[in-house]
Amino acid sequence: MASVSETHPANKPSPARWLVVAVPYLWLLLFFVAPFLIIFKISLSETAIAMPPYTPLFDGFGAIGDFVSELDFDNYLFLTDDPLYIEAYLSSLRIAVISTFLLLLIGYPMALAMARAPTMLRPTLVMLVILPFWTSFLIRVYAWIGILKPDGLLTLLFQSVGLFGADDQVQIFRTDYAVFIGIVYSYLPFMVLPLYSALEKMDNTLLEAASDLGCPPWKAFWKITFPLSLPGVIAGSMICFIPITGEFVIPDLLGGADTLMIGKTLWTEFFGNRDWPLASAVAVILLIMLVVPIMIFQNQQKKVA
Amino acid sequence: MAKSLGPVKRKFSPWTDPSAVPFIRFENITKRFGDFTAVDNLTLDIYEREFFSLLGPSGCGKTTLMRMLAGFEEPTEGRILLQGKDISGVPPYRRPTNMMFQSYALFPHMTVEKNIAFGLEQDNLPKGEIATRVEEMLKLVKLEQFAKRKPNQLSGGQRQRVALARSLAKRPKVLLLDEPLGALDKKLREETQFELMDLQTKLGLTFLIVTHDQEEAMTVSDRIAVMDKGLIMQVATPAEIYEAPNSRYVADFIGDINILEGTVASTDSALGAPGTVRIDCDGIAVSVEQECQAVVGDKVAFAVRPEKVRIAPDQPAVTSVNAVYGEVWDIGYLGDFSVFLVKLADGRVVRAAQANVSRLVDRPITFGDMVWLTWPLDAGLVLTR
Repeated sequence: MASVSETHPANKPSPARWLVVAVPYLWLLLFFVAPFLIIFKISLSETAIAMPPYTPLFDGFGAIGDFVSELDFDNYLFLTDDPLYIEAYLSSLRIAVISTFLLLLIGYPMALAMARAPTMLRPTLVMLVILPFWTSFLIRVYAWIGILKPDGLLTLLFQSVGLFGADDQVQIFRTDYAVFIGIVYSYLPFMVLPLYSALEKMDNTLLEAASDLGCPPWKAFWKITFPLSLPGVIAGSMICFIPITGEFVIPDLLGGADTLMIGKTLWTEFFGNRDWPLASAVAVILLIMLVVPIMIFQNQQKKVA
Repeated sequence: MAKSLGPVKRKFSPWTDPSAVPFIRFENITKRFGDFTAVDNLTLDIYEREFFSLLGPSGCGKTTLMRMLAGFEEPTEGRILLQGKDISGVPPYRRPTNMMFQSYALFPHMTVEKNIAFGLEQDNLPKGEIATRVEEMLKLVKLEQFAKRKPNQLSGGQRQRVALARSLAKRPKVLLLDEPLGALDKKLREETQFELMDLQTKLGLTFLIVTHDQEEAMTVSDRIAVMDKGLIMQVATPAEIYEAPNSRYVADFIGDINILEGTVASTDSALGAPGTVRIDCDGIAVSVEQECQAVVGDKVAFAVRPEKVRIAPDQPAVTSVNAVYGEVWDIGYLGDFSVFLVKLADGRVVRAAQANVSRLVDRPITFGDMVWLTWPLDAGLVLTR
């Protein structure tokens, strides 16, 4: 009898099963862990005017003793010294928090309307949300330049409806507002889809039951619909918040000189100043900062499951 | 074991009192969904403290009728009066009705306690009163030790109790029960049926139950409305529905019955006066004592319940009327009853049921036996519809 469980196919991993499990891990190892270790290693180096522009401090395991004694945390210390970096981190977090909030504010009603739409209409609505992905992200952000720039489409529109005089121009381009518009526009599908999938699963008789028990619809939303959609709210917020914090393209293309985001700082250090070790240190800190929300997200997912 | 069964079921029949004012009145209610007519010009009165069942196959409009009373659907035509007041247009959250949903619709993110308190919180009752009422309800449905659990930590029967407690907590004027016991197994269902009746008597509420289970309707109801295709076929007490169905549909829907089609051969029954009606059912002469408006030559049906048909191997004294002869074709042993399917010479099958009063292992009548089936004058029914 004891052998029953041992011979059960689910308990005895076959080679094919191993392969299926191994592929994503191998992928992560090759394209995430290994590059991260390289970056981490660079972050502990010193800048050098050379090719590549850093002095390796770690050459093989034989030199571990030397390595530890010569480890260089200067880059990390420098990050705490210069307020620019701390401000860039804080500004990134601020922009990410505000954007995520705006995304929720706009995405939730959209997702709710989609989930309440007639069943026949829903696949079309989901398609419409995904539709922007058919055009390159970069092109869509460039398109916003055309809309927001002082002599762009928005100015023309306001002038043509008489809101603006001939000399007035929209002063949004190259400000934080443009960054918010670009981020909210670009990330909206990532917010709407998890919200929609959470709301669509909801049993509508729950709302009937609430109404039957004397709860008017607007109150039922906060008592029933919203609490039950929380997993979707958290998933959507994390999926948006994490990449927005490190966002580079949108602040670079739409933001002004004073738009401070860590992604831009990172790019400047890497390609402008060619200070690879410092840039790597910036990246490592950013990663550590983002691991915290990712862990909250994972924890939440586990609770749901 | 003497179990407290609550007060003895009282004699209760306000529907026979012409001066009684109905508690709920459906007045010429029609409900259409696009081209489909779910409820068709239906009028129905339900009295205070009545346990009323809407019985019918799925799609007959019974659930729609209940949902219109709860306020989830508005009638296309007609109006619903509750205590004499038209409640059309009143949203569900302002109606003094509460519903127990077929799926229970418990709030999954709230504990049992919170679920039961939900309705009371909407009325802004003081906290202390809510707590007392919740405790009372938990005790009523015997779930005191599960107060802090979430619905997904409960069994099906426990969830059903929570749903019942939640719908009763606000002490509604009318409790609506939509197939409330469908998800329970037979034993638990029967137990709960009696508990429901007990509760209804104890609390003095009006219960309206929707079900497709005729046994359930028979057990719990004061009156039953049998519905078909948006129409009410008959409204009567369970005994009347069973013993005096008004149509082939009702007779066939409730319980087991033999129906033989025939024509009226002679009748001395007039309007309001019972008499003997003789029917010729393709060679079987049948005689029924009943009030019947059918005249000679009318196409009617003769119906008789299997348990009222006597089965015996010996030839009866009178074979010319209310007697058929045939071969035992099949026997269904149900424990308390055995049902004999007897095939007549012309191929028709008549069923007879016999209570198994003694523990006979070898029943005297078995497959292939030739038997006589007989029934008295007052056993059968003439159905004109």
